[in-house]
Amino acid sequence: MTITQKKPEPALKAFVPFGEGPLGRLGRVLRTDSLAAVGIGLILLMVVLAVFGQWIAPFPEQGMGQTNISQRNLAPGALHWLGTDQLGRDVLSRIVMGARPALTVSLFVVAIAALIGVPLGAIAGYRGGWLDEVLMRITEVFQSFPPLLLAMVTVAVLGPSMTNAGIALAICWWPWYARLVRAEARSLRDRPFVEAARAMGVPTWKIIGQHILRNCSTPILVQATVDVGSVILAAGSLAFIGLGAQPPSPDWGLMVAEGRGMVLTSWWISTFPGLAIFLATLGFNLLGDALRDYFDPRQVKR
Amino acid sequence: MTALLQLDNIVKTFRKQGKAFHAVDGVSLAIESGQTFGLVGESGSGKSTLARCALRLIPPTSGTSQLDGQDLGALSRSQLRRARAGTGMVFQNPVAALNPRMRVQALVAEPLITHTRLRGPALQARVGELLDRVGLAAEHAQRLPHQLSGGQCQRVGIARALATNPKLIVLDEPTSALDVSVQAQILNLLRELREQHELSYLLISHDLEVVRYMSDYVGVMRQGQLVEEGPTADVFAKPRHDYTRELLDASPGSRHNHQLVASAEPVTIQL
Repeated sequence: MTITQKKPEPALKAFVPFGEGPLGRLGRVLRTDSLAAVGIGLILLMVVLAVFGQWIAPFPEQGMGQTNISQRNLAPGALHWLGTDQLGRDVLSRIVMGARPALTVSLFVVAIAALIGVPLGAIAGYRGGWLDEVLMRITEVFQSFPPLLLAMVTVAVLGPSMTNAGIALAICWWPWYARLVRAEARSLRDRPFVEAARAMGVPTWKIIGQHILRNCSTPILVQATVDVGSVILAAGSLAFIGLGAQPPSPDWGLMVAEGRGMVLTSWWISTFPGLAIFLATLGFNLLGDALRDYFDPRQVKR
Repeated sequence: MTALLQLDNIVKTFRKQGKAFHAVDGVSLAIESGQTFGLVGESGSGKSTLARCALRLIPPTSGTSQLDGQDLGALSRSQLRRARAGTGMVFQNPVAALNPRMRVQALVAEPLITHTRLRGPALQARVGELLDRVGLAAEHAQRLPHQLSGGQCQRVGIARALATNPKLIVLDEPTSALDVSVQAQILNLLRELREQHELSYLLISHDLEVVRYMSDYVGVMRQGQLVEEGPTADVFAKPRHDYTRELLDASPGSRHNHQLVASAEPVTIQL
């Protein structure tokens, strides 16, 4: 008996989003979703500032903290576009120079949080049973504290600095990844392809890596993107109350704090760094939404 | 001669809201080398649960399953994992049984990477050979599952099950999610592979015609129990149990047609 292989069955062309290349899909998202374009634009701007800040800033030395007392509290003008602060430093330069530490810290925090949370969540969700119970109770202990409070306590113990603020925030953030990945893993572990892998004798760690994590990479990536923005805000908050970056480093949260006593007379000192935090957070949120649409074209956007 | 697969008094009990439910209730059966054992019964009769207990994908509540004289229940986790090279499994939903993120090449290579030392070009060559054997072209190796039809996905599933040269392959409703025309192709492929590789099948199906076409032995399951068992021709010609007779009567065309006929099952289209 022979197999009559007639014409090769054509690949389903009906799935239009899969037919186009990755660049075509990016183009479609950018064209149809102007918010995504705004988000990507903001993030690109921030990355450029972080990388090339010292060449872009008009007064890079002032950006790093060099004072210029004779020029203090100047309103925005031709020389100092966004004015100067109470030590005469150019606000624009300090905002530009602040992009790199803000981005570095938040990427560091999100990376650490994901590195802890993702494996724990995957193991808890895939294995289930007592291990799941134990791991989830531990995450709940961490989640039962308000995040900023937990970060404050940690920094108070470790001593205020940018690095310690990062560690503190990572400690607050990992449970969210554990929960996210656990939920995904629980729904994936009963899928037939996971059972097929077990029937083949694939080792557990490989099933988790190859079949579970690979199929929940999209929600992790989206969450991580949004979180980079949230961490910028949280790190700014810690700096604002004096538990994060220390003077004279160009930190946006610190700058808001430094200007808050003069917000009525010299409003530009606090307002522009605050605006920078807002735009960065907004940018990462919009980018997260855009990524969701990009990776999951079937999800209809309302 | 010991049987290739020997199940003794398998019981599997699930607890649902405190109430015990016997999915499989004391089933014993043996599959000789080179034979195909067809397991029929309506949905919920415990066929799939029994097959999963047989391969110890789920642990049976009691009873033993011996593969080639080796009690699978007595093996350690890693021994059991290695023993899985001797078995293969083909699933009902061919698309869902393939990881949507993996290309055909990687899907077929997975059991080989797990159980053999084949890597690099040798691995690729073996994958190509397997794809060829199940009637897929080399170009399919770079496709993702959603770029294949249901029938092609099932061919990938079969290639994967064959990869480690197992003696026993469990076919869990291998054609019930496929188009009628594709069903026949897949069944013919499975028969051909059985000849070439001296395979034994444990075939689970609710479609009597499929079982009749494929099996040497038939077992009829009802509510977790094996109510009738025997050579295919005997069971179909003179069923002893009332339930088997009911099943046969309910099967379309069963009295008139002894060929493989188009099943009256609604055809599920897999997207």
